[in-house]
Amino acid sequence: MEFYLTAIHQGLAFAALGLGIFLSLRILNIPDITTDGSYTSGGIITAWMLVNGWSPVIAVFAAMIAGAIAGIITGTIHTRLKVHPLLAGIIVMTGLYSINLAILGRPNQPLINIDNLLMSPSTNSDHSSIILFVFSVVLIILINAFLKSDMGIALRATGNSESMVKSMGVNPDKMKIIGLGISNSLTALSGSLIVQYQGFGDINMGIGIVISGLGAVMIGDVVLRNAVSRKIYLQLIAVVLGCILFRLILATALNIGIDPNYLKLITAVLVLSIIAFGKIKFTSKA
Amino acid sequence: MIEIKNISKTFNRGSADEIVALKNLSLKINEGDFITVVGFNGSGKSTLLNLISGSLIADSGEIIFNGSNVTKLPDYKRSKYISRIFQNPLAGTASELSILENFRLASLRTRSKSLSIGNTKSFRKNVCDKLKTLNMGLENKPEALMGSLSGGQRQALTLLMSVMDESKILLLDEPTAALDPKSAAIVMELAEKIIREGNLTAIMVTHRMKDASNYGNRLIMMREGSIEKDYSESEKKTIIADDLVRWFNI
Repeated sequence: MEFYLTAIHQGLAFAALGLGIFLSLRILNIPDITTDGSYTSGGIITAWMLVNGWSPVIAVFAAMIAGAIAGIITGTIHTRLKVHPLLAGIIVMTGLYSINLAILGRPNQPLINIDNLLMSPSTNSDHSSIILFVFSVVLIILINAFLKSDMGIALRATGNSESMVKSMGVNPDKMKIIGLGISNSLTALSGSLIVQYQGFGDINMGIGIVISGLGAVMIGDVVLRNAVSRKIYLQLIAVVLGCILFRLILATALNIGIDPNYLKLITAVLVLSIIAFGKIKFTSKA
Repeated sequence: MIEIKNISKTFNRGSADEIVALKNLSLKINEGDFITVVGFNGSGKSTLLNLISGSLIADSGEIIFNGSNVTKLPDYKRSKYISRIFQNPLAGTASELSILENFRLASLRTRSKSLSIGNTKSFRKNVCDKLKTLNMGLENKPEALMGSLSGGQRQALTLLMSVMDESKILLLDEPTAALDPKSAAIVMELAEKIIREGNLTAIMVTHRMKDASNYGNRLIMMREGSIEKDYSESEKKTIIADDLVRWFNI
């Protein structure tokens, strides 16, 4: 059971990342893979700050600001230089690798006997379950409120019809930059939570992490495929469920004895299966 | 109201497929004018409309709205002055947003979009009252996604949306080209009503000669990037659709 509880915890820690990918991919219609870099930045900054005696709350904020900056840079490259968003994301992600290494000063950083948001070794207590759960609920509430605000409506319309938003006095470039900033800020939050949960930061922790978010968003689509309502909060909840299911499936794979070296391959096959499953049309029996 | 002075626009300048879309075109549009614009494909009608809206920026010349020079202003800043109806119903509305949310955005056309929730109960009531005037039954489902509606319904809604916020100028780019005859008639009647009631200054590009002769108080014929004829209200009254068709056949 311990094994599956860990998977659920990881799923909740990845909820922010899933929601971030949902914002960029589904709401803005932009495939953004700055993720690998901003996730690592969030984790690395948290690790460095905790080791250097900063409070975990400030570390989480710093991580989110770093992620937002990364997203804003990607958004600016994409909109101002008219670079394809995938390429803009790769450029920023590549650059971040060196920056992350420079921040930490070493490839990895264990956080032994340092109190953080999720657990306090000093009092030997672990609040992971409740804090990760609360984080996810608060994120769903905040993002839902944002997407329903006037600015949120403008942001959602930007991913739909650029000609429409321009005729409504909205600068779509500005919306994309804001959206990618928020998206990567959420991604960095996940990086920060994961580092606190696993107790170490690693320069390579973000490699291929974007697929966790994509997988979660796609599982969310499958969850809602027969739903009558597609209200935003339902889509956000579906993404968070997607994050948890994704981790549970991977945990099961490892639990039945699949070699951990094949984890990335399993992940890739898993996401491919979800996509294929989403394409299958079930004929109704009625 | 709108003054266009000597504007020119050339596409692909200097390359083998250089196209001169507009040459030294000047036009004065008075407040309350409803101008219909006809001409062959490639005569520069759409380019003229796109230069007024700011989707394209002129190579030379000036465009002045009510005394302020907007020549270099991008489209999303010019929307403060202008409402637009596009040829493609998908272009003027956001498919994955509800009718209400589309209207909310339209009601903020000249203002900033803040973090406050503006899609309130009173706003909803206001929109439903407006939807009722369409007689399409949409007032019963303001939460419906724009994408679930027909092209005719979306064009009608775009027209209603155009006057949700302070509106002076309305640009219509072949608003009925993608619609069936019945929807087209409904949309044109609605456009006429909105322009009259709001005392809007309107410019409509159209390929339907009947609409060009039936609507508006001025008619402009374009050919090869310039205005060939500019009929005033009294002259326009003597023109019937057949005259226009004949002009096209010359």
